Amino acid sequence: MRLRWGLIDVLVVLYALIPVLWIVSLSFKDPSTITDGALLPTKWTWSNYAGIFRNDDFTRGLVNSIGIGLIATFIAMLFGTMAAYAIARLTFPGKRALIGFSLLIAMFPQISLVTPLFQIERALGLFDTWPGLILPYVTFALPLTIYTLSAFFKEIPTELERAAKMDGATPFQAFWKVIVPLAVPGMVTTAILAFIFCWNDFLFAISLTSSSAARTAPATISFFTGGSQFEDPTGSIAAAAVVITIPIVVFVLLFQRRIVAGLTSGAVKG
Amino acid sequence: MAEIVLDGVSKRFPDGTTAVHDVNLTIADREFVILVGPSGCGKSTTLNMIAGLEEISAGELRIDGVRVNERAPRDRDIAMVFQSYALYPHMTVRENMAFPLTLAKTPKPEIAAKVQHAAELLDLTALLDRRPANLSGGQRQRVAMGRALVRDPKAFLMDEPLSNLDAKLRVQMRTSISRLQKRLGTTTVYVTHDQTEAMTLGDRIVIMESGLVQQVGAPQDIYDHPANRFVAGFIGSPAMNFLPAEVHDDGLHTVIGTIPVRRAGLPREVVAGIRPELFQDTRIRHGASFTGTVDIIESMGAEKLAYFTFEPGTSFTQETQVVARLDAKSPISEGDPTTLWYDPAAVHLFHPETGVNLTR
Ligand SMILES: Nc1ncnc2c1ncn2[C@@H]1O[C@H](COP(=O)(O)OP(=O)(O)OP(=O)(O)O)[C@@H](O)[C@H]1O
Ligand SMILES: [Mg+2]
Repeated sequence: MRLRWGLIDVLVVLYALIPVLWIVSLSFKDPSTITDGALLPTKWTWSNYAGIFRNDDFTRGLVNSIGIGLIATFIAMLFGTMAAYAIARLTFPGKRALIGFSLLIAMFPQISLVTPLFQIERALGLFDTWPGLILPYVTFALPLTIYTLSAFFKEIPTELERAAKMDGATPFQAFWKVIVPLAVPGMVTTAILAFIFCWNDFLFAISLTSSSAARTAPATISFFTGGSQFEDPTGSIAAAAVVITIPIVVFVLLFQRRIVAGLTSGAVKG
Repeated sequence: MAEIVLDGVSKRFPDGTTAVHDVNLTIADREFVILVGPSGCGKSTTLNMIAGLEEISAGELRIDGVRVNERAPRDRDIAMVFQSYALYPHMTVRENMAFPLTLAKTPKPEIAAKVQHAAELLDLTALLDRRPANLSGGQRQRVAMGRALVRDPKAFLMDEPLSNLDAKLRVQMRTSISRLQKRLGTTTVYVTHDQTEAMTLGDRIVIMESGLVQQVGAPQDIYDHPANRFVAGFIGSPAMNFLPAEVHDDGLHTVIGTIPVRRAGLPREVVAGIRPELFQDTRIRHGASFTGTVDIIESMGAEKLAYFTFEPGTSFTQETQVVARLDAKSPISEGDPTTLWYDPAAVHLFHPETGVNLTR
């Protein structure tokens, strides 16, 4: 029984990892052996990696990705935290509508927005700029942050805010000194999810940019060409793909450890 | 130190529930007042209105003669101990206790001194660097108390602070709260649904039911002179026996026989209330008596509870149970016909509809 499950596990992991292994392998292959079909490179080389970092467009794309991703995440977290706290704690007119709308946005097919956004951003001069990407990223990251954060806030006992108020805290101090520290694991998790969303986006990045001014790394990769007409960019594309995957792997490892932290134990009775 | 006045205070929730109805109460400076009543009677709501955690729908709340209805909790200078303790899990015991002082921007050395003082008072010095998660229930309770008393507030509010503790610890903490309050002399409002806590802790008890204050008074006074049937049944354990009675010339006809009480101006029917501890076994024979068969005896160590059941008779249609609280040495035993004596002058009479005590 155990053996059978173990076998299934191995199969699933292999199924999921083979494409990843393949691209890692490709990224280390010398251009002359790139089409040899071997799983392990016969001629190892770092030249693909060296090449992409010598390529200004790619390094610029990485900078854009990091910058746009961080700013969009920060804005989404700022508003998401406040909205989520309100949803978790207050009753206010329009609360259901707010929840409904954010769910709607989360479900909305993004492709249907690309053309209108393209037109709007060109008219407003936002096309091919950082804000031009930050805006749609915030829009689509917000429902995600609102949802996950309000679930985290609901976990925190209301008595803690009441206690803070009695201890002399203003509503903001109660939020900032009591609720936020307790919600930190949830906020880190949410921020990572939001950042990964921005980092992984290809659709907006390719449609709303036209130069390396705002083009993010995934979009930049699609513009890779060989050094000459006859040179195949496969190795470089593979190396770049590996490079942009690394942060995700790092984040996921972090995120796993974070989510376990049961910070709220001991607050009430327990 | 402060005097707290509730002047016609009411609470109506948005959904239409009237949780507290027209409460008039003056809590004197240094007084220890207990709010007691069954679950859902509005005790917590009343306390929360004093605290400022719940808006007052009607009436006025004054602290030291100043209207505070509109003041935020932090501007009322009142500390509160919650039933769940509500300790901040991300802070150590020291930080928890220092929190109100930190918010008030008290100088650091002063904070340290005050926390140390409170910790000594509550025997918490060894635990100052622990986090709430690593404390026992009783220790958490004391930290919650400590957080309330570090800043020397005008008044303490406590909402069932002992109800999460086991029975032994509860008794222990009860006495230490009582001692602490006497020592500090801080005006205290304490909510409980436990009538033993109510009887033993406070200077005065406020008994509430369905959002209405039923009676306010010293514990002994309430026990001796309950204003109505609800109060009589709520205070005292086991609860007072209630017997439907018909008023006749020779006294009150009840299932336990005729109670020789004659009073002018009684309605045709009343409810007679006899405390279980009023009954004496046959060794002391004076006053009135009744005879019945003991169903069950519960031995409590220091005393015995004897239960009698009276079958419905010709004039009383309900089966009635009577409980007597007797000395542990009483020779009665289950199944025996037993005669118990009581002082008819100490029997309370209640109006059958309004429940008002007619003998008060
Ligand atoms: N936010 C609210 N909205 C509507 N009704 C409420 C609200 N809070 C409390 N109530 C109602 O008000 C009444 C009094 O509640 P309260 O919490 O004061 O009772 P309590 O005496 O403290 O009871 P317990 O001993 O169970 O704590 C209850 O009937 C309760 O259902
Ligand atoms: Mg309550």
